[in-house]
Amino acid sequence: MLAIEAFKFFSEVSIVEFLTGTEWTPLFTKKRFGILPLLSGTLLTSFIAILVALPIGLAIAIYLSEYAPKRFRQYVKPSLEMLAAVPTVVYGFFALTVVTPFLQMLIPGMSGFNSLSAGFVMGIMIIPIISSLSEDALNAVPYSLREASYGMGSTRFQTAIRVTVPAASSGIVVSVILAISRAIGETMIVAIAAGQQPRFTFNPLVPIETLTAYIVQVSLGDVPHNSLEYRTIFAAGITLFVVTFILNSISHWLKNKYREKYE
Amino acid sequence: MNRVKINRLKDKLFLTAGVFSTFIGLVLLTIFIGNILIEGLPRLSWKFLINLPSRLPEKAGIYTALMGSIWVLFLTAIIAFPIGIAAGVYLEEYAKKGWLSKVFEVNISNLAGVPSIIYGLLGLEIFARVMHMGSSVLAGSLTLALLILPIIIVATRESIKAVPQSLRDASYALGASKWQTIYNQVVPASFGGILTGVILALSRAIGEAAPLIVVGALAYVPFAPSTPMDEFSVLPIQIFNWISRPQHGFITNAAAAIVILLVLTFAMNGIAIYMRNRWQKKVAW
Repeated sequence: MLAIEAFKFFSEVSIVEFLTGTEWTPLFTKKRFGILPLLSGTLLTSFIAILVALPIGLAIAIYLSEYAPKRFRQYVKPSLEMLAAVPTVVYGFFALTVVTPFLQMLIPGMSGFNSLSAGFVMGIMIIPIISSLSEDALNAVPYSLREASYGMGSTRFQTAIRVTVPAASSGIVVSVILAISRAIGETMIVAIAAGQQPRFTFNPLVPIETLTAYIVQVSLGDVPHNSLEYRTIFAAGITLFVVTFILNSISHWLKNKYREKYE
Repeated sequence: MNRVKINRLKDKLFLTAGVFSTFIGLVLLTIFIGNILIEGLPRLSWKFLINLPSRLPEKAGIYTALMGSIWVLFLTAIIAFPIGIAAGVYLEEYAKKGWLSKVFEVNISNLAGVPSIIYGLLGLEIFARVMHMGSSVLAGSLTLALLILPIIIVATRESIKAVPQSLRDASYALGASKWQTIYNQVVPASFGGILTGVILALSRAIGEAAPLIVVGALAYVPFAPSTPMDEFSVLPIQIFNWISRPQHGFITNAAAAIVILLVLTFAMNGIAIYMRNRWQKKVAW
């Protein structure tokens, strides 16, 4: 279905312009259909989100699997997963009313809509994906490996960095890829806090628009069926689908390839 | 300082970093929720729940959105529950373990990773346009049902897997057919796990705004839906609409509506966790 509508779109707009154009103005009278601004917006917010979530999520995973007492872990893990249960509209509200004003105090001249605060809040949202799945991977590393390392006189930190994390690296990479694919598909946070101005930039302080936010923007308006504008959301949708599908397939492939390595 | 001391210091430093990271997410969440409570609680009243939407922030209420959410949740549950369980039972009990079931498995886990807005596009094209349902409650519910089906199927399969073979063997030994075994033994024994999965899936569905916006749910609906073919709005969309308005009164309204949405979400999650714990304790094979 996606493909049919997208095909109709590409029969009217050349695929070369779509993939290389740096202007996206399908709703104006002077129409331009270059997907790059939307793609750069999507990548920018996701990149910021990963920048926030990766160190925090990984530190949590290592701490919970190597340091924390078992009972503590039992209580902390479900509460961290609450972070992922909060509806994303709520995160959008946080980003717009709490994080953006706070960042504006630190960085004067920052726009009210920007990818920095949207990406930051998105990062908080995907922390549990990284921490939970990485912790599972770390836990699956057999205890004998750790004991060998302790026997050589290493500290817990050395063991974690040199032994357990490398041994669990495929599981950790899978968790990060899943988190990236979640961030790329995330809609409401960016629709609320990142703005609706497609532009080809990697400056985190100005308003941008992501693929998902564009789809929402068009859907809110009254766009007639079978019009070119209507098809643009399917073109944006299929771009999004292809990107997340590739990421999910990579993670699936990695998971199967490295499973049961130590059994 | 010698190397041993430096290494021990690094160990201690990382311990601090670990504790800090573990709590920073929770602390931020607490700050956010506290902020919302301060902003939204004074606005909450019975009138806020039963008033219709309005141009004036002081008069606006969430009645239509709340009723829309309840309608959507109810229909989604009715549609997704039987299909999800049937698919899970089939895949686990009947399907031959061959390449076909492997293809299914990969596809279902891949489907769970597809962004929700893509489901919205799918629903818009199939349900709203091709099947001529328009932007109705039914089209929205079918879209959300598609979205949560993979979650329910995976939960069903996991809990059926946990039922030991000995239970099935005992049932077969008494002369029960395959269907009788599944209906009287396997499904009741795994029902707690299945229900937990369904509730978690529904709590995800109640917070979804993006796919419903794409299907065509409206931000402003003057009346609560009374049939499945009516136009509708849901709480997250109402919140989204209020956030994007400039007047501060509407931000307060959004905060109050978020309080309601969070209470619903956390209540459903709480029930699911409670049931999971109870079920795990009761059933020890």
